[in-house]
Amino acid sequence: MSEVSALMGAVAEGRTRVEEGGLVGMITLRGDLDSARVKAAVKDATGLDVPGQRQVVTGDDASVAWMSPDELLIVVAHDQAPGTVAAMAQALADEFATVANVSDARALFRVSGPSAREAVAKLAPVDLHPASFGAGEMRRTRLAQVPAAIWLSGDDELSLICFRSVAKYVFGILELSAADGAEVGIF
Amino acid sequence: MLILECPCCGVMADETELAPGGEAHLKRYGPGSSDEEFEGYLFHRMNPKGVHFERWRHANGCGKWFLAARDTNTLEVFATYSAQTPEPPQHVLDAIRAKRPDWSLDQ
Amino acid sequence: MSTRLASGGRLIDRSAAREFSFNGKRLTGYAGDTLASALLANGQTLMGRSFKYHRPRGVVASGAEEPNALMGIGKDGTFEPNQRATTTELFNGLEAESQNHWPSLDFDVGVVNNSLAKFFPAGFYYKTFMFPRPAWKHVFEPIVRQSAGLGKAPKDRDADRYEHFYAFVDVMIAGGGIAGLQAALTAGATGARVLLVEQTAHWGGRAPVDGVEIDGKPADEWINDALQALEGMENVSVRSRTMASGVYDHGYVLAYERLTDHAPEMDGPRHRLWRIRARQVITATGAIERPLSFAGNDIPGVMLASAVRDYVVNWGVSVGDRTVVVTNNDDAYRTALALHGAGLSVPAIVDARATVTGDLPEQARAAGIRVLSGAGIAMVKGKKSVTGVSICTQAGEGASTDEIACEAVAMSGGWSPVVHLWSHCGGKLIWDEDQAHFRPDPSRAPTGHDGKPFVIAGGAAFGELSSAATLASANHAAATAAEALGLSAPAGDTPATNDPAETAMEPVWIMPQGAGHAKRMKMWLDYQNDVKVSDVQLAAREGYESVEHTKRYTTLGMATDQGKLSNINGLATLAGALNDAIPNVGTTTFRPPYTPISLGSIAGEARGEVFQPLRRTPMQDWHEDRGAYLEPVGHWRRPYCYPAAGESHEQAVHREVLATRNSLGLLDASTLGKILVKGPDAGQFMDMLYTNMMSSLKPGRCRYGLMCNENGFLMDDGVVARIDEETFLVHTTSGGAEHVHGHMEDWLQCEWWDWKVHTVNLTEQFAQVAVVGPNSRKVLEKLGSDIDLSKEALPFMAWTEGKIGGFDARVFRISFSGELSFEIAVPASQGRAFWDSLHDAGGEFDATPYGTEALHIMRAEKGFIMIGDETDGTVIPQDLGLTWAISKKKEDYLGKRAQARSHMTDPTRWKLVGLETVDGSVLPDGAYAVAGGTNANGQGNVQGRVTSTYHSPTLGRGIAMGLVLNGPDRMGEVIEFNKVDGGTVAAKIVDPVFFDPEGEKQNV
Repeated sequence: MSEVSALMGAVAEGRTRVEEGGLVGMITLRGDLDSARVKAAVKDATGLDVPGQRQVVTGDDASVAWMSPDELLIVVAHDQAPGTVAAMAQALADEFATVANVSDARALFRVSGPSAREAVAKLAPVDLHPASFGAGEMRRTRLAQVPAAIWLSGDDELSLICFRSVAKYVFGILELSAADGAEVGIF
Repeated sequence: MLILECPCCGVMADETELAPGGEAHLKRYGPGSSDEEFEGYLFHRMNPKGVHFERWRHANGCGKWFLAARDTNTLEVFATYSAQTPEPPQHVLDAIRAKRPDWSLDQ
Repeated sequence: MSTRLASGGRLIDRSAAREFSFNGKRLTGYAGDTLASALLANGQTLMGRSFKYHRPRGVVASGAEEPNALMGIGKDGTFEPNQRATTTELFNGLEAESQNHWPSLDFDVGVVNNSLAKFFPAGFYYKTFMFPRPAWKHVFEPIVRQSAGLGKAPKDRDADRYEHFYAFVDVMIAGGGIAGLQAALTAGATGARVLLVEQTAHWGGRAPVDGVEIDGKPADEWINDALQALEGMENVSVRSRTMASGVYDHGYVLAYERLTDHAPEMDGPRHRLWRIRARQVITATGAIERPLSFAGNDIPGVMLASAVRDYVVNWGVSVGDRTVVVTNNDDAYRTALALHGAGLSVPAIVDARATVTGDLPEQARAAGIRVLSGAGIAMVKGKKSVTGVSICTQAGEGASTDEIACEAVAMSGGWSPVVHLWSHCGGKLIWDEDQAHFRPDPSRAPTGHDGKPFVIAGGAAFGELSSAATLASANHAAATAAEALGLSAPAGDTPATNDPAETAMEPVWIMPQGAGHAKRMKMWLDYQNDVKVSDVQLAAREGYESVEHTKRYTTLGMATDQGKLSNINGLATLAGALNDAIPNVGTTTFRPPYTPISLGSIAGEARGEVFQPLRRTPMQDWHEDRGAYLEPVGHWRRPYCYPAAGESHEQAVHREVLATRNSLGLLDASTLGKILVKGPDAGQFMDMLYTNMMSSLKPGRCRYGLMCNENGFLMDDGVVARIDEETFLVHTTSGGAEHVHGHMEDWLQCEWWDWKVHTVNLTEQFAQVAVVGPNSRKVLEKLGSDIDLSKEALPFMAWTEGKIGGFDARVFRISFSGELSFEIAVPASQGRAFWDSLHDAGGEFDATPYGTEALHIMRAEKGFIMIGDETDGTVIPQDLGLTWAISKKKEDYLGKRAQARSHMTDPTRWKLVGLETVDGSVLPDGAYAVAGGTNANGQGNVQGRVTSTYHSPTLGRGIAMGLVLNGPDRMGEVIEFNKVDGGTVAAKIVDPVFFDPEGEKQNV
């Protein structure tokens, strides 16, 4: 049985590189983010603390991102996701909380290179100037015509998550925006 | 093109991240209500030129609904606040009256 | 004749020739030329024909305000009409063609309109609409369509690429003249994030042309220093070839960057539309010179004085050997002096002012130029070019006092600040008596989200016309912006300048002031739209007293002009005709964009493959490889059918239906919405969402449900599976998942926020396949499963989960076809492999992929409704005979109260029935059932309509569903439905379930 991501790791090379990130485990956790049991469940599953508003925290093999006042996104290896979901659901069985595996509902992209911020700023109504958008922030927004979440995953690298069904569209608009010769030169 | 601060995630959101939801603070009337009550709930809207309470959803963002007190004429935004409130909270009323001293809630 | 001078031209590089063509003629210019300057350098003064009268027109201006020299540029995929020659930078291989002429620019038959001008006065269009009515359709419209209009629409697909860019700045400065530069220097020094944009390729605006010295340096030098200083500031960005096109609510500014128009060989996008959020906006957009209204002021060779000066100083172009300057102010003397300095002749300066003093007139006199005071131009002579002017006294009626031969007339009626950006978002204007123009009123600036002003005008855009005042005003604007941002502006000194002392201008709206009708018929106010002084006066006489009405009646200031040249002169003429003051008449509304921007830039990246986000299922590649014919369902593209070689769509659909009914069909149902609803109050919430009782559903079971909005109307339907005591999985229609999820969150967040319910949209987490037909169980058993798929273990409307063929599967025994059917969800990452393995295993059962049309036919054969077919936003469940799905026990559900309204309970509401044509044919979709007689509007009465209609391959005849008056009580009755061709077709009212009414095929 073969498991594949939406675009099977497609890449557009150039001075700004666009890459579909392949299969990644993603888990939605909804609940009271201040609750001790939720915090403990996240810590046990990832070794990480529950992040503050719009923050994303990253450990050795997991990340946790604040998505809304009652929602976290937990990123782990794809094959770890079912086990992590089960463990967290078990830990939160007596809590008003919902844990769902959404790994295959999403696609992950990485845009890297000196003009990566600018490429994304052509599509999202977000201030991506280095003085305004830094490491550790998870920004949910609009990427052209679809919803997306963006964070800085390296010095010159942005990561994006969108719905799986529009992965081809998102790859297309990122490839256009990142094309050589289309650098803006403002950041 | 408005900018509204989403009180749920703290983002100064461009209007293109938002979805409008019409007038805020409607009281729902269900089975057992009179025809007049139900008509008012379903159809009657204030549509003022001036201070207005509105529902907005941060649709391309945190996904949460919030409310805004806004002047429909000048587009001045007095406050954005939680959707989980049946009527405008005091701090919102104060913010409006600071700018519009002659305004009252039942206008 | 215009020509290139032997020397001069600060913007051109005489060592770099540029080849271009105009109307097919090969010409040469220089790098740094605009198309307009290059055409003039080649002696081409005739550049176009006017909009209505097809009069010969030459270039009037040198910048964005140019009304006449509109060209078609490029060819095929790069062709673009209506480009101003004055803002088109010359490049090798540029191809330009003039517009509005037939058959040629030099000989235009449309000019006959000109001799008929008295029959085409203001309001011509409106009058032709009115009377006589047939004349519009048969006489006027064909003529107007043939002869009016600007450039031709491109025929080919645009070959270029475009994009947007979102920028967030503290201070946005529009205009890179000395005011914009100074404002940027001052604002930049505060540490604010500053973006300065300039529409042309050059910085500094008019100052270098006007001979301004700043800080003891020639303007060019000061400008270079300023630019270098700005480029050294990390917080400041400067962009040339970028026009601020509009200022909108809450500090939203659009700027239009032209990246490769001047160099098409460059990589990258052609235009970039900047979508800027600025906390403060400074408009340093300068001023535009006004024409004067005298007879013949549109003959090629009559130009703005500032433009004549630009062509000489910037591009080394003479617009004629002899130029008469006509003015009401001192500034035009700079043009006379520049021409004189270039060795050209200025036979006279015609000054409308009775007495003329001041530094500049003195310099002109000292240079030996004849200055006529209190004088005006009675008439310009010439047809396709100026041959001379006759002079008169300004105070009189136009009797000629002198005749002067010349090739060009340089006119100046004073300067109007460019207030467009200031005004776009509500900034108000005040009338400045001394300079006879509207200028921004800083006490009534546009306000932002905090109710505070966010636009500041600076420099000439604020009405400060001397360079000293311009720079001081720019500094003040920057300081005001800094203060609004809470920053302290360093007390920057305003640089010193060498301004000569200028004396007051004197408003002149008609020249001479007593000109009679014959002259006023030849005084153009709006060159582009062919509006004359006499037209505006006629409009006023006919009662169009509002300036907005006059604009529409006469077309003054419409189209690309947007009042840049015509506005003030037009208003003044209207005010004069109404005998009212100009400020009382007011201005028309300034609307963005400031100058036209390309449609490509507005579309940005949204073209071709990425025009809109097309959603793809994990099996989409398979469908496309298989040659599926796709149909839109929301943003999905679902297979409608899979035609085999030589097969029509209809044949393919029928084959798919029969294969599924007889053996095994496979449907990609991944697009089905799947929403998790979980929490202690989930049952209560589900009972509110659905008309049915959902809280009583047992874990492991499924139930079909109807969802209504608060208006009572059906909005969605689908099967709900109960996962456990606190968890439901809601299936929605393919197009409805996002809407239904939003609907749920709306009620949970905004009405029942104390209920403990979570929702998660899992639509795309799963690929879903409907395995349908008598052999469906066999193929699953062949794949191997740890699930007992027997009827006893997994009966109809049950679900379970386990492994099928090694895949992680959730299996729902639900059927939308009436066949034995398993809908199987697997994680999307496994979807394609699962689909492939079903086809492999299904080979022996003739496994047939089927599309949405086969799905529709099979559901219609079973009498199942389809949201969007049987419903249209006005249909309630009771109309569809679905009362069995409406709980009587529940006190409340969304839509229940509305369904009790008198109109909803009206027994005459049309109700769902099946329809069978008597002759077996297929009823037309949407056809109405005729009822005989007519209603109050003379329309035929109707008694029902068709909602779904198909040829049933299973039954071999047409079947349909429809909503019919008292339908369920009229079983067996035959009624008539109208056809598109005007005839009718007879159909019998029957039960909507056409096939297997007892459900024997699915309960196996």
